[in-house]
Amino acid sequence: MAAPRSRADDELRPRLKREHALELLRQMLRIRRLEEKCAELYSAAKIRGFLHLYIGEEAVAAGAMQALEADDAIVATYREHGHALVRGIPAEKIMAELYGKQEGCSRGRGGSMHLFDAATRFYGGNAIVGGGLPVAIGLALADKLQRRARVTACFFGEGAVAEGEFHESMNLAALWKLPVLFCCENNLYAMGTALKRSESEIDLCLKATSYEMPAWPVDGMDVAMCEAAARRAALAVRSGEGPCFLEFRTYRFRAHSMYDPQLYRTKAEVEEWKKRDPIETFEARLKEQGLLNDAEVTAIEAAVADEIAKAVEFAEAGTWEPVESLTRFVYSDRTQP
Amino acid sequence: MSAQAKTVRMTYREAMRQAMRDALRRDPRVFLMGEDVGRYGGCFAVSKGLLEEFGPARIRDTPLSESAFVGAGIGAAMGGMRPIVEIMTVNFSLLALDQIVNNAAAILFMSGGQFNVPLVIRMTTGAGRQLAAQHSHSLEGWYAHIPGIKVLAPATLEDARGMLWTALEDPDPVLIFEHGSLYNMEGELAADAGAVDIDKAVLRRSGSDVSLITYGGTLGKTLAAAEELAGAGISAEVVDLRTLRPLDTATILDSVTRTHRAVIVDEGWRSGSIAAEISARIMEGAFYELDAPVARVCTAEAPMPYAKHLEDAALPQAPAIVECVRAMVGNRG
Ligand SMILES: Cc1ncc(C[n+]2csc(CCOP(=O)(O)OP(=O)(O)O)c2C)c(N)n1
Repeated sequence: MAAPRSRADDELRPRLKREHALELLRQMLRIRRLEEKCAELYSAAKIRGFLHLYIGEEAVAAGAMQALEADDAIVATYREHGHALVRGIPAEKIMAELYGKQEGCSRGRGGSMHLFDAATRFYGGNAIVGGGLPVAIGLALADKLQRRARVTACFFGEGAVAEGEFHESMNLAALWKLPVLFCCENNLYAMGTALKRSESEIDLCLKATSYEMPAWPVDGMDVAMCEAAARRAALAVRSGEGPCFLEFRTYRFRAHSMYDPQLYRTKAEVEEWKKRDPIETFEARLKEQGLLNDAEVTAIEAAVADEIAKAVEFAEAGTWEPVESLTRFVYSDRTQP
Repeated sequence: MSAQAKTVRMTYREAMRQAMRDALRRDPRVFLMGEDVGRYGGCFAVSKGLLEEFGPARIRDTPLSESAFVGAGIGAAMGGMRPIVEIMTVNFSLLALDQIVNNAAAILFMSGGQFNVPLVIRMTTGAGRQLAAQHSHSLEGWYAHIPGIKVLAPATLEDARGMLWTALEDPDPVLIFEHGSLYNMEGELAADAGAVDIDKAVLRRSGSDVSLITYGGTLGKTLAAAEELAGAGISAEVVDLRTLRPLDTATILDSVTRTHRAVIVDEGWRSGSIAAEISARIMEGAFYELDAPVARVCTAEAPMPYAKHLEDAALPQAPAIVECVRAMVGNRG
């Protein structure tokens, strides 16, 4: 059930500079509108395979990404369009990837679940629940061994905490004091399985603290809170104190993937959470505080719409990788000396 | 080996350790990580002494978390290091299959060529030491099924000494399978032994009547069988595959084209084995050269038993190889 907003939340919430607040809003809108377009294109059969939408959870990626530097690394899951977009992979390269075109960020080899980008150190798009955590540990280990003050942010759903790889990775990260920022996006359901039906202990932070790792829950519907928590955690991680665990409490508004009759939750529950829509509530609050007016919203929306239209245009104009190169990149291309 | 060349007497284990020591000295990006590789000295004592020499940052004992430390090897490789990950035995590597198959083998491809994974994973394989059904299997042929990784099976001191460095220089993941029965094998190794190629099969013995194709732990048995066959007037060629992926098909076909007969000796189970793959390639590439159907000597299709006599019976042995060849060639003795 949706947690009610309390006075305490309002007091805790950091004060945002106007420019920055508008930027957070813009980032969330980019994700929302991109994904709404994706859903449409899926119905039009332009996008195929699995398509996991992040709609409802935008505040987490938009907020958390603010805490990362250009040379930090990200490991994400199959629900990663938002993370990729906010991290800086151009919308057009994401869209081309969803189309399966070779201009896509993974040359059309990965699709929706496997967005990769070396330029922004975006290490996927991992579609094995829990499978990205060990890789994140290793990226952080490389930084530690090479004495670089970088952070590896690892995003995963609460479903992953049931996997052995989660526990192995939490332990190893804490044991070796590795610079990993664990970002657990708790949207309450792993496909159709509610957390309370799959875990004997549903306090996720308790699991993390049992590995001697600082952990705290965050209102994942509030972008400012997400940013503040991630900044605080990233600071600690970057300064060499070891890993941190954040549990972002959020909610997925759409189906798990494109087709899902949602038998596992009530419409009323979804509607209740929609009242806390991270974009609408943030927009309303900014207006209330006099930081935003209707004209500005219109301008942001127009710019985002333009960006997405261009992305679709780019994807449409994209080309198919020749079948002859099907087996390229099974192994590295090597120019023998 | 020429009489004047300077050689050193050592075991396969020592050759492997020498290879790791050499790599650790040559490249600061190299480190070793696995269960009990440090303080314990390595489950099979391969890494003994390395902790003292290189310290705990580079010789890293891990928790019993195969998936996490193999995945950590993948991440570290992508992060600019050259990790050597040791898994105690191939049976335990099954706990890390997700990382090996879904990540190590796939990331370069999935990322459209952006992220390569220069990782080396070493592990013990094979039976013969009465370790029963959870420590004795030969699953390297299974791994050889997977595009995106390379699979090596050093069967000699030279290869134990030389394959690691070449594997570390490879931009992609390489799995090295060390047959447990080889660690104590002793022999002479050139004092200046160094890197060797990892993509060619070699003839360990030349012959004209039949090609015995094998690798790893069964090379010794196959050579013994060839020796016995020579006494019976049958000239057997022995091909050591050395690398199971990519398979050096050219060397296999070339040998079969000369001998016109092939027996594949493989410690894996027969069904769906690397032996089956080799047989298929011979059919595809040298069918009309054959004077007899390709034959296989493989491990009996059962989990490995503990009792010595049963284990011996389950495994490919020299007498079975001899018998198989005699049946194929006809008695000449
Ligand atoms: C190891 C594994 N098991 C099962 C699946 C199938 N699967 C895909 S997503 C999913 C639910 C995961 O839920 P969660 O981690 O909470 O993330 P969310 O989808 O809610 O973002 C499942 C079971 C999978 N991809 N990987």
